[in-house]
Amino acid sequence: MTIYPPANVLVQKKACSVNPLKSSAPLGAAMAFMGMDRCQPLFHGSQGCTAFGLVLLVRHFKEAIPFQTTAMNEITTILGGIDNVEQALVNVAKRAKPALIGICSTGLTETRGEDVAPELRLIRQRNPELQNTAVVYASTPDYVGGMQEGWAKAVSAIIEAFVPARNQAAPLTPIRGQVNILAGVHLTAGDLEELREITDAFGLEAIILPDLSGSLDGHVPDTYCGTSYGGTSLEDVACMGASVATLAFGEHMRKPAEDLEAKTGVPSRLVLNATGIEGCDRLMVMLSEISGRPIPPRFRRQRSQLVDAMLDAHFHFGGKTVVMAAEPDLLLAYSTLFNDLGAVIPLAVSTVSTPSLQRVPAATVQIGDLEDLELGAKEHHADLLVTHSHGRQASARTGIPLYRVGFPQFDRLGSAHRATLGYRASRDIVFEVGNLFIEAMPNHLLRHGHDEHGDHSVHHEGACGCPGTLEASHGCSHSASC
Amino acid sequence: MLKQKLADVFNEPGCEKNQAKSDKDRKKGCTVKGLTPGAAAGGCAFDGAKIALQPVVDAAHIVHGPIACEGNAWDNRHAASSGPELYRMGFTTDMSELDVIYGGEKKLWKAIKEVIAKYDPPAIFVYQTCVPALIGDDVIKVCATAAEKFGKPVIPVNAPGFAGSKNLGNKLAGETLLDYVIGTEEPDDARPTDINLIGEYNLVGELWQITPLFDELGIRIRAGITGDARYHDVACSHRAAVNMLLCGQAMMNVARKMEERWGIPYFEGSFYGIEDTSASLRTIARLCVQQGADADLIERTEALIAREEARCWERIRSFTPRLQGKKVLLYTGGHKSWSVISALQEMGMEVVKSSVRKATDSDKSKALELMDGDAEALVGAIPNPEMYRMLRAGEADIMLSGGRTQFVALKARTAWLDINQERNYAYAGYDGMVELVRQMDKAVNNPVWQRVRRPAPWDADFTGFDA
Ligand code: SF4
Repeated sequence: MTIYPPANVLVQKKACSVNPLKSSAPLGAAMAFMGMDRCQPLFHGSQGCTAFGLVLLVRHFKEAIPFQTTAMNEITTILGGIDNVEQALVNVAKRAKPALIGICSTGLTETRGEDVAPELRLIRQRNPELQNTAVVYASTPDYVGGMQEGWAKAVSAIIEAFVPARNQAAPLTPIRGQVNILAGVHLTAGDLEELREITDAFGLEAIILPDLSGSLDGHVPDTYCGTSYGGTSLEDVACMGASVATLAFGEHMRKPAEDLEAKTGVPSRLVLNATGIEGCDRLMVMLSEISGRPIPPRFRRQRSQLVDAMLDAHFHFGGKTVVMAAEPDLLLAYSTLFNDLGAVIPLAVSTVSTPSLQRVPAATVQIGDLEDLELGAKEHHADLLVTHSHGRQASARTGIPLYRVGFPQFDRLGSAHRATLGYRASRDIVFEVGNLFIEAMPNHLLRHGHDEHGDHSVHHEGACGCPGTLEASHGCSHSASC
Repeated sequence: MLKQKLADVFNEPGCEKNQAKSDKDRKKGCTVKGLTPGAAAGGCAFDGAKIALQPVVDAAHIVHGPIACEGNAWDNRHAASSGPELYRMGFTTDMSELDVIYGGEKKLWKAIKEVIAKYDPPAIFVYQTCVPALIGDDVIKVCATAAEKFGKPVIPVNAPGFAGSKNLGNKLAGETLLDYVIGTEEPDDARPTDINLIGEYNLVGELWQITPLFDELGIRIRAGITGDARYHDVACSHRAAVNMLLCGQAMMNVARKMEERWGIPYFEGSFYGIEDTSASLRTIARLCVQQGADADLIERTEALIAREEARCWERIRSFTPRLQGKKVLLYTGGHKSWSVISALQEMGMEVVKSSVRKATDSDKSKALELMDGDAEALVGAIPNPEMYRMLRAGEADIMLSGGRTQFVALKARTAWLDINQERNYAYAGYDGMVELVRQMDKAVNNPVWQRVRRPAPWDADFTGFDA
């Protein structure tokens, strides 16, 4: 493991972003809204933004995505789009009867400087059709930040709109064992399932906001549903003030956590990273403190499995050169894990400069795009590229294998279920990536060299460390020389 | 500028629909009728323009705007290239808040310079989008200056998303080609058997299902406009002998103006379905001969059609035992759906419903005839809940539709095949029709449907396990 000083974060100097790493902020917000129960995300902007966002989410999740648009055109943009918002709300409420409509603005409406939030109350008063539909608005101009930032703004907006402020005179009685979890965009549906199991095991009842594991976990509902089907309910959101603690996952959830704490007085803690052994350990200790219970045996076992995985895999990670590109909090998760195992990260590329990047164990952190990643990969003779599916072109051109992480992953199945959080998921990642390294190994090394290192230490019997009896189990095929 | 262009493309004299309109309606244009707020969204004009121009595979395509327009959408179109891959790279100015405040022209200029320095493409297309259009960035001026300074074509594509729909964007892309590209270079090898395919984008490589037929006939594709196109070929495309216009009326303006300017005859045709493929080949042969090609081209074309049709039907019929009696819900716009219906019926499949939402009257009457006059089988839009109910109840074994309704079918545990744009298989020409049938067989006869439709052990209708 290399100990790096706080990373040197280089700003982007190019005028032209080539092969963008970033997706847009409104898309992040809309995805967060998809983690709300029976929700209809609505883009306030021109139709194209919605269509692109929708297609990208469909390709990633392989699920129907019910995004709608306020259908702004040039004229309505100049004159102001409140009428369009009103019409859209009424139409959506009538047709899909959602519990919640989550509006996110776009570059177009923000450039004109339109503020929708104050109008919403008036719109509701004018339209009784909206009686049973809650509405929330997040301001997410396309030209500020990426998905991570948009996601965080949507979560803040939900907290602002639906969590009741603490009543000083009659504060809520905290519900024992109830905790809030503010999930960052870097966590998958699979992560949230994992997290729920973990908190359950500590006897904690978690309200997860937003909860993609309820809606975009790829299940088959019994009836047709035109909104999100599952996710955090508004009732749950309203109860968040009665929790004993809030855990916010990812630096980008710091602001929503502060908002929630300011409003409710529920103390919050930040989990910067829960991938890799140290991050998991910290999470365990935190949950143990909050619940007042010891860490359950099953996690002790899982930790031990992770340790063993790291022991077996370090042969393959050690000295490998890896370049990666991801949004800051996801980047922190993966880079930490890789660095733990001895991989060297000469270059990590990210979307926006945030405090998380300071902690990324890489020689250089560049705010940039996948061209930067590709050039860096060539310059440093990388063994592995780590980024989302758009890295496939760089991988094809350079011949360097690609390990897909984050969003979007449109050329893989099951991306929503791949977890990164906790001992168990960390162990699986170690194996997956280790296997990629093994696969890339030249055949002669495979037969006589590194891949049997793990066994050398244990059964040092044959000349090549390959006892005949173990052949079948570890795939050694050179029995003649044993 | 943009306003003028819009008026111009809306007033398309070659368009039947437009000619049928009153003066007043015509002024309103064909697409601005547009979208209701709160409706599901289709692509914007920028999207349409990019779809139409990005298949120029050796050019660089720079999108001027914030990250939404390119960051969420690059490398998502399935136009295939037989060579250069530059078109697949995403170039964007990724405008920041400061660019929005101070204007993005400088950044765009620098972006063009960087792309030329690094990738030296034969040409650059620069796409205007909503935000820079709103703040008044003059893309046309920047491109003109850059073209002069760098001595290569830098082409402004002025189709910001908020101008209208994808379809409008296609048209504006056509105008761009007419204004900046077509006719700007001269070929040295023009032949009377050179044709252009206008409005064909080589999606999932379907152009290549047709090219062997052309090769056999000695017909050369001067330029796909713009499928698998090289910039040079499009620039020379005004020397083709014949234009074939594909895919509805989206690029009608290009075909008509090329006829006006260079006297190239055009016709509208399609390579979807057996009848249309044959008819298109026939027309191409006839027009080429009219333009000076050897007269025997017509005979050779007839011979090829006879051979290919026979071979195609034979191959389709070979699927009969596996597909006979299967029930199909055909949910397309209805444009030319009769040609799919006839192929399905050839294998003894039963079309339970076919939608005719965007079909012409002649499409409808042909479909009606094939359906033995059963007017109830021809339907308009089916709302998603109703579609779900039909499929869940097993009223069809398979649905053929576009991507939008994919999950209605899958969640209803019913086989589904994409026959619109975002599909993974190519269905053009004779081979394409056979491919469609093969894919249908693969989908509907997959044992997975039996498995996933079985109730779970805890369901009320669970009847025990197989013996
Ligand atoms: S609608 Fe405008 S801002 Fe949105 S994707 Fe299209 S061009 Fe870009």
